[in-house]
Amino acid sequence: MKLIDSPESKVVDPGLDETIKKLTPEKIKRVVDHVLTKENAGRLQMYIDTCVHCGLCAEACHTYLSRDKDPNFSPVAKVKNTLWELVKQKGDVSPEFIRQAARIAFTECGACRRCSMYCPFGIDIAYLIMIVRRICSLLGVVPQYLQDTTNSHAATSNQMWVHQDEWIDTLQWQEEEAGFEIPGVRIPLEKEGADVMYSVIAPEPKILAQLLGNMAMIMKVAGIDWTMPATDGWDNSNMAMYSGDFEIMGRVERLHWETAARLKVKKIVMGECGHAFRGAVYDGPKWLGWKFPPIPMVHAIEFYYDLIKSGRIKIKEKYKEPVTIQDPCNTVRGRGLGDKLRYVVNELCEDFTDVSPNQEHNYCCMAGGGTINCGPPWKKSRMISNRVKAEQLAATGAKIVITPCHNCHSGIEDIIGYYNLGMHVKFINEILVETMERPE
Amino acid sequence: MYEFVRGPLVWLAFIVFILGSIYRLLQIRSQLKKDKVVFSYMNFKYGMRSILHWITPFGAVNMRKRPAFTIMSFLFHFCLIITPIFLLGHNLVWYESWGIHWWTLPERITNIMTIIVVAAGFIFALRRIADPTVRLVTAFSDFLLLLIVLAPFITGLFAYYQAFDYKTMITLHILSGCLWLMIIPFTRIVHMIFFGISRAYMGSEFGYVRHAKDW
Amino acid sequence: MINTKNWDWGIQNKVLADIAEIKSRYQDVHEFVVSPDGEKIAAPVVLEDDTFTACVNNDQWPDTFEKLWYLRFSPGNKLTALVMSDDEWTLAVDGRVYEENYEYAWDVRFSENGESISMLYKRDNLYGVALNGKPWANGFVAIRDYCLSPDGKRTAATVQVKTLDEADVFGFFAGAWSVAVDGKVWPEKFINAWKPAFSKDGSLVAAEIRTDICEYSVAVNGKSWEKKYGSVWDPVFRPGNGSVIAAVKEGSNWFLAENGSRIWGRNYNQIWLPKLSPDGKRIAAVASPEFGKWTIAVDDRPWAKLFDDMVLAPVFSPDGKRVAAIVKENNHWSIAVDGKTWPESYDMIWDPVFSPCGKNVVAKAEKNGRYAVVLNGKNIGTNYDALWPPIFSPDGDKILLRYIADGKYYREVRPLN
Repeated sequence: MKLIDSPESKVVDPGLDETIKKLTPEKIKRVVDHVLTKENAGRLQMYIDTCVHCGLCAEACHTYLSRDKDPNFSPVAKVKNTLWELVKQKGDVSPEFIRQAARIAFTECGACRRCSMYCPFGIDIAYLIMIVRRICSLLGVVPQYLQDTTNSHAATSNQMWVHQDEWIDTLQWQEEEAGFEIPGVRIPLEKEGADVMYSVIAPEPKILAQLLGNMAMIMKVAGIDWTMPATDGWDNSNMAMYSGDFEIMGRVERLHWETAARLKVKKIVMGECGHAFRGAVYDGPKWLGWKFPPIPMVHAIEFYYDLIKSGRIKIKEKYKEPVTIQDPCNTVRGRGLGDKLRYVVNELCEDFTDVSPNQEHNYCCMAGGGTINCGPPWKKSRMISNRVKAEQLAATGAKIVITPCHNCHSGIEDIIGYYNLGMHVKFINEILVETMERPE
Repeated sequence: MYEFVRGPLVWLAFIVFILGSIYRLLQIRSQLKKDKVVFSYMNFKYGMRSILHWITPFGAVNMRKRPAFTIMSFLFHFCLIITPIFLLGHNLVWYESWGIHWWTLPERITNIMTIIVVAAGFIFALRRIADPTVRLVTAFSDFLLLLIVLAPFITGLFAYYQAFDYKTMITLHILSGCLWLMIIPFTRIVHMIFFGISRAYMGSEFGYVRHAKDW
Repeated sequence: MINTKNWDWGIQNKVLADIAEIKSRYQDVHEFVVSPDGEKIAAPVVLEDDTFTACVNNDQWPDTFEKLWYLRFSPGNKLTALVMSDDEWTLAVDGRVYEENYEYAWDVRFSENGESISMLYKRDNLYGVALNGKPWANGFVAIRDYCLSPDGKRTAATVQVKTLDEADVFGFFAGAWSVAVDGKVWPEKFINAWKPAFSKDGSLVAAEIRTDICEYSVAVNGKSWEKKYGSVWDPVFRPGNGSVIAAVKEGSNWFLAENGSRIWGRNYNQIWLPKLSPDGKRIAAVASPEFGKWTIAVDDRPWAKLFDDMVLAPVFSPDGKRVAAIVKENNHWSIAVDGKTWPESYDMIWDPVFSPCGKNVVAKAEKNGRYAVVLNGKNIGTNYDALWPPIFSPDGDKILLRYIADGKYYREVRPLN
């Protein structure tokens, strides 16, 4: 098979370039065979047999639309250029082909699942791409930065190599900071029997610590009986899920759920992150053997919705700047929280303009699915792959893009910068602490 | 030759089609069972919700985005299935052989329906050539399958209008029709059988598990 | 096990503290903890000048601190807390601080016999374990899981043995993690090491290890089992001999292995937390015989009753004949003993506790924000504001209840029958 020659195929990434040097035909064949025949069964066969190569999935994909309908960027072409060939050749492919498959599967598809809403047969194309990622992961061919994130999960159970002391210290520091704003604010650590365990992703303690302080204020004002663990198991994120290392994914998720069970909480509330929701509620439990999460898990969007709707939090003065929304794939297409998100934004903000298309049909931010974690080498490609997002946001005329997801937050920030949109991104959390009524 | 295709071959075609379909269904069922989550998440309500949306013209966003294609595709599939079942000529053969018959469509209508199938099929083929996105994922087998699907309709038309030698045409018609039936379970035309399963699973995963729409 | 013989087992119900009064005395009172023997109730408290100390019954520790948290009683009824003064952390035990200070200290643990106290620390950017106030001789660039030997004499932790540059995936896969025992690291390096566990006598340490991208096993004192698996969970020593049992994955099936050989023949969709009976003869584990269904398997036989939501670690009776576990279904919690679920379900339930003879099982449970003591499925005390897990007397005839009701803390010894 002829390999694709494009600017993307020349991007340097030691995670792909160095690792394919160690591949042998036997190893490739063994791993491909194992993944195709031992790890996957019915769906893979059904999807391969059913796909009639109609190309109707193409216009679902933001990368295809953003790249002026480049045929190689249609979802079906990404499957053709990776999985079909692996199936057809029964794994008899070259290391260079594996490199191409890894590039396509990791950096040109965000596993956002929009295309499965455009396929007449409901073929889960993102699932097929995840099979390719799994093969690449077992072969060790994963973009360097994404692999490093997975390694962090493996070693530390969190995404950013946060030491245990740094975690606790950050919470104590944020408790103090929040206390200056609202006296008596606490981040109750290790409180067995609290109603809620609040879990976050590692970028919060590492680089966005004020989000933790904000949440402590929100919890205080809403009068929630909550806790956070002072042990590993606090991070709900999971890049191992996206790098294809499902054993590490399962390990991280098991610890997260066991931590909630140890703390005897009735539910987990999680911060504004989409992929973490997917990992904790769907992919993680599924790999471990739970049909549904063992303990209810509430995403921040739904949590804020409940707090505002029930009157536990009242809005003093609405946010004035014109805002729009980035619907995170994993909580809107992945959980149907689009209406609740709009309710919250309308309650908090005076001037909201919706995006089009929106809700389940919104475009991915092209940062999710592990794509942003592939790191700086792939940033330009990601930006080119999401021109439609820039156009969509610009059309709203908003100044602020509300992004209730960490990947969306970083991804939209990148797009705003690259396309000079002159906008800013904010989490709901930031607008909520600004607008909510505080105790006297 | 005619005697063979009219008799044993038709028998064979139906047997292969029916047994082949049952075999594929059983086979995919056992494969889906190994895929632990599938039957666990399959849900009647959300499965049906999805199927109904997708068998209704313009029931999904993607269909509304390309109205001409949607109309063509629905007409193609509708005529493809309905025409042979309610064709007067086929009904007469059933009556002749088994003494059974059912409602038939007027020949004028079935002629138009046949022409629609052939025309849509040609447009599908053209689309595979003209649209670079589809061309990239098109294999030779896609054209071959299309040809096998269209062949009974083309030969049927020719036979009806006695355009060439009728006997040859009708033999070719039965031959291609039988071939078409026989390859259904073993080629991508199996989507006819798997549509309901893949749709129902996706509908269940979106609706029952993820509380979202999939159209 | 802690010795409860010397506790006051006279039948009585005494009030030891007025909670409302304590709360009125301070600017803020954090979560209460009670001693195992029930004689003391304590909480971190915030004084008017924003300093912290611990309040114990009606007293308070003489010293105050910039911060005080993780207030916990040891099994031997000593009160400990992590405290910070002049930006340095250490442990205070019954109000007296350890001599050694650290940049940070956390994760305090007690040995089973209650004699030893350990914690993790960071000093000069190196990490280690401090046992009874003494830090390890060597520090490491990172530390993660750790444990104490049952006799409290030794400590072991998973540690990172070499510094890695940012995003050094090749260095990582070359092996950067190992296990350090009393500060001395195993010579073997692994991609990952998790969950170290000591043998009963403290002479052996086992840990989960990862030796390739998808290759896992168990190492005992550094030496890996010959056999490698697709994944591994929770190695544990069999009491009586030095053999190690762990849950392992081969293909898509999970089962139990001992010293690298399969010991359970049944294939499970998932299995973890193997636990041994005190005599080491029986094994129970959390198991999922089919996708989405959970139960306890005892000696490779799953209970007939399966649960949808969750099943927590099995608990053996002291004689090893019975097994109980927390179970959850339809978002309600309960306890199942030998496969039979208690009739009622609860909003939350705590670990089941067997009486010394194994006949009775008791647990703390919560419903509608109130707490109850449940004995063999029946409520024997209800409607408490707060409750700590009940404890059986050594002869099993009495039960110690520690609870808050009507704003007061009670220590009650109640006869069973």
